[in-house]
Amino acid sequence: MTTTHTGSALTGLLDTDAIRKDFPVLQRLLHDDKPLVYLDNAATSQKPRQVLEALNAYYERHNANVHRGVHVLAEEATALYEGARDKVAAFVNAPSRDEVIFTKNASESLNLVANMLGWADEPYRVDADAEIVITEMEHHSNIVPWQLLSQRTGAKLKWFGLTDEGRLDLSNIDELITEKTKVVSFTLVSNLLGTLNPVEAIVRKAQSVGALVVIDASQAAPHMVLDVQALEADFVAFTGHKMLAPTGIGVLWGRQELLEDLPPFLGGGEMIETVTMGSSTYAPAPHKFEAGTPPIAQAVGLGAAVDYLSAIGMDKIAAHEHAITEYAIERLLEVPDLRIIGPRTAVDRGAAISFTLGDIHPHDVGQVLDEQGIAVRVGHHCARPVCLRYGIPATTRASFYLYSTPGEVDALIDGLHHVRNFFG
Amino acid sequence: MKLDSMYQEIILDHYRNPHGKGLREGDAEVHHVNPTCGDEITLRVKLDGATVADVSYESQGCSISQASASVLNDLVVGKSVGEAQAVQEAFLQLMQSKGQAEGDEEVLEDAVAFAGVSKYPARVKCALLSWMAWKDATAKALGEQPAIND
Repeated sequence: MTTTHTGSALTGLLDTDAIRKDFPVLQRLLHDDKPLVYLDNAATSQKPRQVLEALNAYYERHNANVHRGVHVLAEEATALYEGARDKVAAFVNAPSRDEVIFTKNASESLNLVANMLGWADEPYRVDADAEIVITEMEHHSNIVPWQLLSQRTGAKLKWFGLTDEGRLDLSNIDELITEKTKVVSFTLVSNLLGTLNPVEAIVRKAQSVGALVVIDASQAAPHMVLDVQALEADFVAFTGHKMLAPTGIGVLWGRQELLEDLPPFLGGGEMIETVTMGSSTYAPAPHKFEAGTPPIAQAVGLGAAVDYLSAIGMDKIAAHEHAITEYAIERLLEVPDLRIIGPRTAVDRGAAISFTLGDIHPHDVGQVLDEQGIAVRVGHHCARPVCLRYGIPATTRASFYLYSTPGEVDALIDGLHHVRNFFG
Repeated sequence: MKLDSMYQEIILDHYRNPHGKGLREGDAEVHHVNPTCGDEITLRVKLDGATVADVSYESQGCSISQASASVLNDLVVGKSVGEAQAVQEAFLQLMQSKGQAEGDEEVLEDAVAFAGVSKYPARVKCALLSWMAWKDATAKALGEQPAIND
């Protein structure tokens, strides 16, 4: 077996030697002497020292509850928490900071939208006469909340199918999105296929029938410039832990006039204006949608993560990942019996690549790769309908990030040859 | 090498040449899935009085889950339901041992090869999938034939 090193000739790569020094876990050796090759970034990213230090500093110097109390720590904690909101608002080019709602993850963000629409008054209310449109490539977090809404309201759930190449099949868009459609929700980048979806075509159609557009940007926000105004969506959801931040912090961006009109979902502290035993009035957005003590330290960590990503530049990160993805696809296709599930090109594609390897089960692929220090994800990736669509039980997925190197792609390829020998 | 403790040759042999695979006539059928990885098994139990006459199955999954179903077929077919349940219990204990138990070869025969798998929490469910399906199907078959419950 020969390993080609065309990887060193790739253009647009970041200075990964410098970047990797910021990520303590990337220095780990596994199984005694194998350097960690972390290719499970679509599941969660690693965290740089700058984020870990922000968390530590928050707890060591500023910890207090937010939006209450007049003491120094309470004011500092509030300023840090709200400062994180400013950073996130700038990161996604939100017209107003008040459009950024902190949640615990993207699932909660999407459930929040589904529940707002279920309890809303006209014209937003999703009821038995309404239709909801999603796609077959959604993560379960953008399927199940809509199934629940559909079951509870009687609304009809419809979805875009997929082409054999792993793209959305838009050929029946006029039958799917109709005057009855109240909401269209789709992923910007598929977590399993890696596909980058054609936002404009779907948004135009949805707008023409007056439907709201929800975009799941969980696999996009960490990897590319995310501009909610350019997307022209009504809601955009993403999670912090895939973009260098801690777990437990997610974001829902929503258009201000919608957030003013739509009802709250969770009730509790923080989200009220006045409360009597008979009834309550609510705080303005975003607080109306943030009941209870929020994940303060996690939001501060997300702010630090956004600073880190912005200092490098999302356009540069996207270019780096594009080069790595192009190289990885080229090298993966050299491996006998390997079938990429999703686009076999780096065009309109994110940095998650799913594949099958002959009839070797992904669990076995992942186990033998792990023995070599290579961390990949195996299974249906919380997108089981995609596996059903392509007639496979599961896939192995390698997913890259700003610290991924061509050398790690080479390690994966060598590892896959080893897997084939082991089960051959 | 640590990997060899999981992928013992005996396991790989059962994986490549599974025993008793395919669906045949049965008294009860169950379908079990492992939601974390998508492994699935449809399993039928055929009882003859108080004896396990046949265990037949269609399954898809990793080498560990496939080999485990093959070993299950070897171990329980021909035994009384009571004996087979004792084997199932012994296998369950082995898989829950976190690598601390070796397993009684008198009772478990080829199944002692799975002792190494018990060190890998993510894979224990793979090894147990067919056995849990068998337990469930047997209970169902017995329920439908209350006369032979003892």
